[in-house]
Formats: sequence, structure tokens, C-alpha cells
Amino acid sequence: MIKLRGVSKRYGAHQAVDRIDLDCPQGQTQVLIGTSGCGKSTLLRMIIGLVTPDAGTVIFEKRPLAEQALATVRQRMGYMIQEGGLFPHLTVRENAAIVPRYLGWPLDRTNARINELLALTQLPASMLGRYPRQLSGGQRQRVSLMRALMLDPDVLLLDEPLGDLDPMIRAELQEDLRAIFRELGKTVVLVTHDLAEAGFLADRITLLRAGKIVQQGAFSELIENPADDFAAKFVQAQRPVFS
Amino acid sequence: MKRMLLIMLALVLLATVPRGSAPSGVKVASKPFTESVLLGEMLTQMIRSSDRPATHLAQLGGTRIVYDALKRGEIDVYPEYTGTILQVIYPDHAELSSRQLQELLLQDGIRMSDPLGFSNNYAIAVRRETAEKLGLSTISDLAAHPELRLGFSNEFIDRDDGWKNLRTRYNLPHKDIAGLNHDIAYRQLASEVIDGLDVYTTDAQLAKMDLVLLEDDLEYFPRYEAVVLYRADLGKRFPDTVQRILSLEASIPTKRIMDLNALVVSREVSESQAAAVFLQEKFDIDNSVEDISVAAQVWQRTLEHCDLVRRSLIPALFVAIPLGVIAAKLPRLGQIVMALVGIIQTIPALALLVLLIAPMASLKLDTLGSGSATAVAALFLYSLLPIVRNTATGLSSISPEHDESAAALGLSSRFRLLQIELPLASPSILAGIKTAAVLNVGFATLGALVGARGYGQPILTGIRLNDTGLIMQGAVPAACLAVLLQIFFEWAEHHLVPAGLRPLSAGDADAAAHG
Repeated sequence: MIKLRGVSKRYGAHQAVDRIDLDCPQGQTQVLIGTSGCGKSTLLRMIIGLVTPDAGTVIFEKRPLAEQALATVRQRMGYMIQEGGLFPHLTVRENAAIVPRYLGWPLDRTNARINELLALTQLPASMLGRYPRQLSGGQRQRVSLMRALMLDPDVLLLDEPLGDLDPMIRAELQEDLRAIFRELGKTVVLVTHDLAEAGFLADRITLLRAGKIVQQGAFSELIENPADDFAAKFVQAQRPVFS
Repeated sequence: MKRMLLIMLALVLLATVPRGSAPSGVKVASKPFTESVLLGEMLTQMIRSSDRPATHLAQLGGTRIVYDALKRGEIDVYPEYTGTILQVIYPDHAELSSRQLQELLLQDGIRMSDPLGFSNNYAIAVRRETAEKLGLSTISDLAAHPELRLGFSNEFIDRDDGWKNLRTRYNLPHKDIAGLNHDIAYRQLASEVIDGLDVYTTDAQLAKMDLVLLEDDLEYFPRYEAVVLYRADLGKRFPDTVQRILSLEASIPTKRIMDLNALVVSREVSESQAAAVFLQEKFDIDNSVEDISVAAQVWQRTLEHCDLVRRSLIPALFVAIPLGVIAAKLPRLGQIVMALVGIIQTIPALALLVLLIAPMASLKLDTLGSGSATAVAALFLYSLLPIVRNTATGLSSISPEHDESAAALGLSSRFRLLQIELPLASPSILAGIKTAAVLNVGFATLGALVGARGYGQPILTGIRLNDTGLIMQGAVPAACLAVLLQIFFEWAEHHLVPAGLRPLSAGDADAAAHG
């Protein structure tokens, strides 16, 4: 579905991404993990065209992204960031329905889709008239997920979607996210720094350090056979969380 | 979106609705000093006495401004002095006979009446006791008394027909000449700080202070004979009017104009009442000068002032917000835009008004008088900066997460601007509009400098007549209008800023906590 070939990105003196190859196969959840500044968010932004690589190619459905109409591609990808990125001047309904409004959907089609997504994200309908600041952190993320899923995209890109939540709500949302990923069979790329979350959600996991891939494969492989000292330390550091 | 369109439509209508009444009939103008306003009133009432409508554009502006307006045909008639015409309008023609002057004026489409009977010359005056003690009767006599302290108005020191050449002509030895404000010079003379000063020969203070005018025995000072300038085509448009105007020729003796000036300066009567008294005595013209109540005057000025504000502020909105968007989106062009509107803001009001007269005239717009294009254009330009700056700031301070979310949704940049960025920036934009509106109300008082009326009119007159009450009649309503606008914009803020951006109420915080 998505292939990155030899992509690099430099910000001033900082090499954010350094000649990376990455595959995100259809229907699977690829988790990018690493410490902050390792380049995982930059990779995600490259996939949706918010960042253009200095070198290398991003391939979406067998064609380079650079040759495709960005707006069309973006409407086939749902993107969700930490804190949700909801527009504060719009209600929950208006936030969720902004792209349908842009595309000129008929009202009943929009409403039907919103009702489907309310059920999927387990958000009460009474929230639809509220503004983002009237919601809790968990509710905001659910609305953000609704907005990302609105057009039933092929790809879901999530950048630390649960980063700011307290542990109870976080656990609950992780469960719901996994259920949604399995139910919908989307191609998912998820960025996190939390190993437990990665293990819970990932089909494939990619550990990054300073813009390079340290290790790639199944979660169990990373835990049992860390590729080098850094991978071993990274695993060790987060072990108490889930032991 | 629909609501925004409705608001914009309403604003366009509000800005373009024609203003009440344009001045009708014969347009008389005067310059901003008491005698000129008084003569302007006489002319106006004289014309009206033949049942011909006439409007007096009092204190329209300085010589150049008023003369050019006459030349362009924006006004029909105004009182002037022969010396001023020679010094200010035709400074390159040294010696002109009255006949040659008439011909020059006719090339501008202007005719000149015969003298009205008095002249308002420059002269040197001393206290009576000084004159008697030293035996002074002519300016030549001054040469023998270098110890006399002289104080002159700044204008007199600079003018070609002022002190510089007076000293050469009479070979005067005096040094340490004090440059003073004309009104202050009189007070200095009274308190014997100075011994002599320059005066206008019809100054009301001359009689009051019993001063002696020194004879200009070498005929140095040009004659400033009062005349009336009027459009050559006036007789065609208003047949009997010229005859009325010319009946004032040789009808006002020096003593009479001094008395009338004194009456007005002492605030016993208004200019129009003084003019009516004179016309009644001299021509038996019974002009009932209605004594307009203060409330009616304030209301009239409020209408004029609001007219200036609406016709300048609303167009400024439609220009400044797009400019602010450009400044935010195209940083390089934005810097130029910001620099330009910033520079406009630093041009002093009077300079900007005068600079705008020529372009407005070439666009065939009213340059002077009530609600003139000059004043509106100046206010428009002054209103740009706060709105442009706040729009640009509001747009560039949108948080990166909202920017990125909007981009990632695949929305067009037009849709993002209209539906996301401008609403998010709306609190900042509205604050800019509020600032511009309040500044506009204040600046609009300066419009009176080109006769645009409004609250500036009583302020200008009050300064001329040293009447604090009159100044207050302009300043207090202007302050009230600014406060009202402030309140209106706070109300508008409450209805225009999206609910999700308004300050959090207790109920909202509660809902979030339980969610």
C-alpha cells in the first residue's frame, strides 16, 4: 500500500530522516517507535505529503506521491494527531463533517455517516453540539478519530494519538482502537513512544534512532532478540510498564 | 457563511447610502479667522436676502486651499485681501496694477469686486504712553530708539512682506526680536515685556488696549484691501447674485469692521448675528438669524461626524482585511504592505489632507466641505493599519496543529482561509476594527481643517475664539461617540466571534470535567 524508498530529510544541522526504506502492507498496523526526535513523526508527515523528502520516494499504491494530486490522496488518508487538532470554533458535528461539507455531500448522507461513526467510536450523540473545549481529552480523541474516518479512508495515520491522556482512559481507548482497526481492516501507521501501546496495537513494529531504522519486524522479536545495545536498552527501560 | 455575506451586504449599503443633503445654491466660503468668517456670513445673508439659497462653508481652509477650490468651481465666492492675492497667489508678479490683477484672475475664471471699504494691513503698534514719551508717529521714528523691545508673530518674521525687508527698508537697528504667538504678543505688550508688535489694522484689541499705529511713511506694507472673489460664471448661473455681492463694495468702514470683530471676539454675538446686525443697519435687510439651539447643533454635527466615519471605516474594512491576508500569506509582499500602511500612519493629518486634495480633484470628487472626499480618503488611509496588522497577526498566530490538521484534510486553501483561518483569527481582526473605529472618530475631528465639519468644527472655532465651552461642544460628543462605538463592538464581538472561541463560562468547564 505504502512504500518509502531511501527517503531523507534534514532540518538545518539536524538529520531527521536518513535514507529510510519502509513498507506498510495493506490491512496491517505498522507502528513507528523511538525516542523523541528520532524521525518517526517526520516519516508519518511524509506519507501524507505535509513534509517533502529531500531525497528518496514515497510510493502510494504503486505511484510516487509527488506525481499524484495531493488533495485527492489526502482524502483517502485519515490523519489524527496528539490533542486531536480539532478546530475550536466548530462543534463536534461541524468538526467531523468539515470534509463532507467541503465536498458538498447531501445532509442526510453526512448525518448517516456521523451516526455510524458515533457508534464505532462509542461517543454519545449528545456530544455533537459541543465545542472541543467542552470535551474531555478522551472525547476529543474520539471526535478526531471520527473526523479521520469520515470518508472511509484506505489509510489511517496516527501521530501519538493517545499521548496526552491519563492511563485509565488511555487503556480504554487502546482497546477501542484495536477493535476498530480489526473491524475496518485499514492500513494503519501509528507513531508512539510507548512500547506497551506498540505491542498492543502493532502487526509490525519499526524502532527508529536518529533518523535510521534500528530494528524492524514482529513485536515479540524486538522483545526477545534486540538487534543492538540501543534496542536492548529501549526495551529494558520500558519493561516495568507491562511486567 | 451566509450570515457573513448578509453582514457584508449590509455594510456595503451602509457605506454607499447617499448622505443627507449636499450644500445647495450659492456656495460661500471663508478662511479660518474671525474677520473672514464674518465677511463670509455677510455674503451668505446678502445672497439669501434675494430668496436665493446659499451655503456658508465657514473656515474652509487656508488661502491656497480656498483659492484653488474657487478656481475648480467647488465654491462660488469668498472674501479675500488684495495683498494676500499678490503675496500668496501671484508671488512672482512684483508690481501689479489693479487692472493687471483683474486680468490674471480672469484667466482662472475668477472676478474681483472693488474694495469693500476697509483694509486689513500689517502695521507696527506701540502703547500710547510709549508713543507720547518718545514722540513716535511713524515707523521711521523707530530707528532712533534701538532700545525698544519688539515682538513679532512668527509668520511676520518669515514673510517676504514682514520683518526681514521692513528692517532693510527703514534701516532699523533693533536686535533680539522675539518670535511670538499673535495673541500672546498682545499680552506681552500689556505687561510691558515688549514695547512694539506687528498687528492687523482691524484687530479688535487695538481700540481696547488704546494702541498707536505707526505710520508706514515709506509705504513699505502692501495694501490688504478687503475684496470679494467670485466665479466669473456666477452671473450666468445665479443672475441677481453678483449684483447683491457687489452692493457690499465700499460699504464697510474700518471702524465698523473693528467693532464687529470685537463683538464676535468678546463672544457677545456669533458671526452670523454680527453680520445680520450690520446688514440690517446698512441695507435694511431683515435677516432673522435663527439662534440654533446647542442640542440641534450637536445633533447636526453628530450626523456629519457619523457620515465621515461610516464612509471611511467601512471601505477600509474591505481593503484592510484582504491586505492583512496578503501580509500573512506572502511574507515578502507582506513586509511592503505593512511598511506602506505604517508610513501612512506617520504622515501628520494636516499634511495628508493637503496632499490628498490634488488627487481627489483630479478624480472629480468634492475635495472640500462637509463630508468631502479628501477627509474621507484621509480617514480611510488612517484606518488601514490597525486592521491590516491585526488580521495578519491573527492569521499567523494560528497554532501549527490546526494548520496541519487543515492541510491534512485535503481542503483547498480558499476553503481553509474562509472556514478555518479567518474564523480562528476573528477575535484579533475584530479587535483591530475596534481600534480603527475609535481612532477614526478622533481623527475625523481633524477633517474640519478642510471644512469637512463634524465635531471638529466647534473645536476649530473654539480654538480660534479661545472659547473652551465651544471646544467642549466638539470634544465631549466625540469622546461619547468613541465610547458608544466601543460598546457596540463589544456587543458585535459577542455575536460574531464563534462560540467555541469565546471566554469559557462556568457551565463549559463543568461539562468538560464530567465528560
